[in-house]
Amino acid sequence: MHRSAKQETLTTLTVAAGLIWLMPMLIGTYTLTVLVIYGMLGLSLGLIWGFGGILCFGQAAFFGLGAYTYAIAAINIGESTLPMLLAVLVPAGFALLLGAMMFYGRLTDVYLGVITLVVTLILFKFINSTAAPHYKIGSARLGGFNGIPGFQTLNVPGDPDAYIWGDAYFYLCALTLVLVYLLVSWLLRSSFGRVALGIRENETRMSLMGYDVAARKTVLFAIGGGIAGLAGALFANWGEIVTPGLFSLGQSAEIIIWCIVGGLGTRFGPVLGAAGLAYMKFLLGQQSLVDNTLITGLILVLFVLFLPKGLLPALTQLWRASIGRSRFGRKPQNRRMRRSNHG
Amino acid sequence: MDLSFVILIEMLYAVATLVLISAGLAVVFGMMKVINLAHGEFMMLGGYATITATSLGVNVFVAMLVIAPLIVGLIGLVVERLVIRHLYGRLVDTMLATWGLSLFFIGAATMIFGNTTTGISTPIPGFAVGAYQINGYNFFIILVAIALVLALLAVLKGSRAGLIARGAMQRSDMAAALGYSPDRIYMATFFCGSALSGLAGAVLAPLVGLVPTSGGAYIAKSFITVIAGGPALIAGLISSATSFGIVSQIFTFAVSPVMGEVALLVAAVILLRLMPQGITSRFFKGKL
Repeated sequence: MHRSAKQETLTTLTVAAGLIWLMPMLIGTYTLTVLVIYGMLGLSLGLIWGFGGILCFGQAAFFGLGAYTYAIAAINIGESTLPMLLAVLVPAGFALLLGAMMFYGRLTDVYLGVITLVVTLILFKFINSTAAPHYKIGSARLGGFNGIPGFQTLNVPGDPDAYIWGDAYFYLCALTLVLVYLLVSWLLRSSFGRVALGIRENETRMSLMGYDVAARKTVLFAIGGGIAGLAGALFANWGEIVTPGLFSLGQSAEIIIWCIVGGLGTRFGPVLGAAGLAYMKFLLGQQSLVDNTLITGLILVLFVLFLPKGLLPALTQLWRASIGRSRFGRKPQNRRMRRSNHG
Repeated sequence: MDLSFVILIEMLYAVATLVLISAGLAVVFGMMKVINLAHGEFMMLGGYATITATSLGVNVFVAMLVIAPLIVGLIGLVVERLVIRHLYGRLVDTMLATWGLSLFFIGAATMIFGNTTTGISTPIPGFAVGAYQINGYNFFIILVAIALVLALLAVLKGSRAGLIARGAMQRSDMAAALGYSPDRIYMATFFCGSALSGLAGAVLAPLVGLVPTSGGAYIAKSFITVIAGGPALIAGLISSATSFGIVSQIFTFAVSPVMGEVALLVAAVILLRLMPQGITSRFFKGKL
C-alpha cells in the first residue's frame, strides 16, 4: 500500500513535470494559466461530487467568494500573502457553515442542489446590487455589476513591488495545481478519504458503523470550498478584475460539465475536462458560425446520454480492453458503483 | 387606502407570477419526478413564439394562449422522445441532461433571433388608483393563473385522462397491466408540462424584454417554488407560491426590489431546512 502510494506520487510528478515543460510550447502561457486554474476548480468539485457524492450546484459561489475575498483584502492590505490565505479560509469557512446547515439537516440530492443553487444566486444578486458607493469593505468598493478592478496582484511574499506575472505566474499556478492534486490524493488515501468513499456508496451503512456522516461530509465540503476559493484567488490575479459573473449560474454549470465530461470518481478526469473544455471554448470563441453555448449544451446532453461515466474512465476501459486484459472484469462492479452514486 | 389596495394587487400579482412560471415544472416534477432545468428556456421559446406570431399579424391573445403553448409543447415532445425518456428514474442525470438542453436552446435562440432584446407592448392599458398607477396587464396575469390552477384541478381530478395519468405515475406497472401504455402517458404529460411552460413564457413576454438568456431569470425561482412545495402537485404549488410571493413583496415594499428577491431566496433556504421534503410533506398531506 505504502509502496504504491509512493509510486503514484512519483508518476504524478513526472507527468506533471512533462506537461508543464511541454504545454507552453503548444499554447500561450496566458491561456494556459487560466486552463490550469479551471483545472483546479474542476478538481474541487470532482473531490466533493466524485468522491463524496455531494452534488453541489453552486461551486461557483466558493470560486467567486475566493476571488472577491482576495480582491477586497488585497486592496485593504496592499500585499498579497495574507489575502491569498484569506481567499482559501473564507470560502472554506463559508462552505463549512453551509455544509453544516445542510448535512445536519439531512438534506440530500435535489434539495442539496436547490440550496447550493439558491446560495449562489443570493450572492450573485447581492453583489450585483452593490454599485452604490456606500457598499464598501474597508477601502474596497464592491462596485456592483462592474466588479472590482485595480487591486494589488500577486507578489513575492514580503515584497509588494515584486509582482509575479506572465510566465512565472503560469509556473506558480501549475505548481499549485500539482500540490493541490497531491494533497487530494493523500486525502483520499487517508482513512478520512476511505470513509468518505464509504459514505458516497452507502450513507446509512456508514452511520450504522458509527461514523459521524454529517460531520465528515461537512468537512469534505469545506475542503472542496477551500480549493475552489484558492482557484478563485488565482483567477482574480490572472484577470486582474473580479466581477459578479464569477458567481453566475453559467459558471456553476460549466464546472459540473467539466466533471461529467472528464469523469466522475477520478482525480485527473475533472482537471482534464476543465482544461480541455475551456480550451475548446476558447477556440470556438474565435469563430462565429456556431454559437458557443449551443455546443457546450450539446456536449453535456450527449455525455449524459452516451458516456455518463466520462471520458477518462471510458478511455481507461478502452485501453484495458484493447490489450485484452479481460481478467479485470471491472464492468459490472463499476456500473453498480455509479448507480448508487446517484441514488 | 389606495396604497394598501395597490400592495394587495401587487402581492396577488407576485403569487400569480410564481404560480404561472412554476406550473409547467410542477406538472413534470410532481407527476414524473423529472426536474426539467430547460424549463426557463421553454418559457423563453414561448415568448419568442408569441413575438414572432404577432409580428406575422396574429392576434396577440391567440398567439399567447394558443400558438405559443402548442409550439413549445411540440418542442417538449421532441425533447422527451430524444433525451428524457432514456433517463426516467435517474433524477440527477435528467437534471444534468436538461441543463445541457437549456444551454443548447440558449445557443440556438441566439443564432436564430440574435443576442438583442425584443419585446411587444402590453395589450391592456394601465389605470390609476388614487395617486398610483396600476398595470392593467397584472389583472390578466392573475386571471390566467387562477384559470390555470382550476384547469389543472379539473383535468387531474375530474377527467378520465387525469385519473389514468395519476395512476400511471403511482404504479406504472399496474397501469400497463390494465392496458395503458406508460410510455405514451409520460409523453403526453411532458407535452402538457412543456405547453404550460410555453404559456407562462408567452403571457409574461409583454412585461419583459426578451433575450435568449432570459430563461435563467425564471428557472431558479420556479425550481425553488416546486421543490419547496413538495410532493403534492397543486397544493404544493399554491402554498409555496403564496408564501414566497408574500415574503418577497413585503421586502420589496419595505426595502428594495433586490432585497425582495434575496428575501425570497433566503426564505427558500430556511423553509427547506425546516421542512426538507417541502411544505406538503408536512401540511396538506395526501392532497393533490
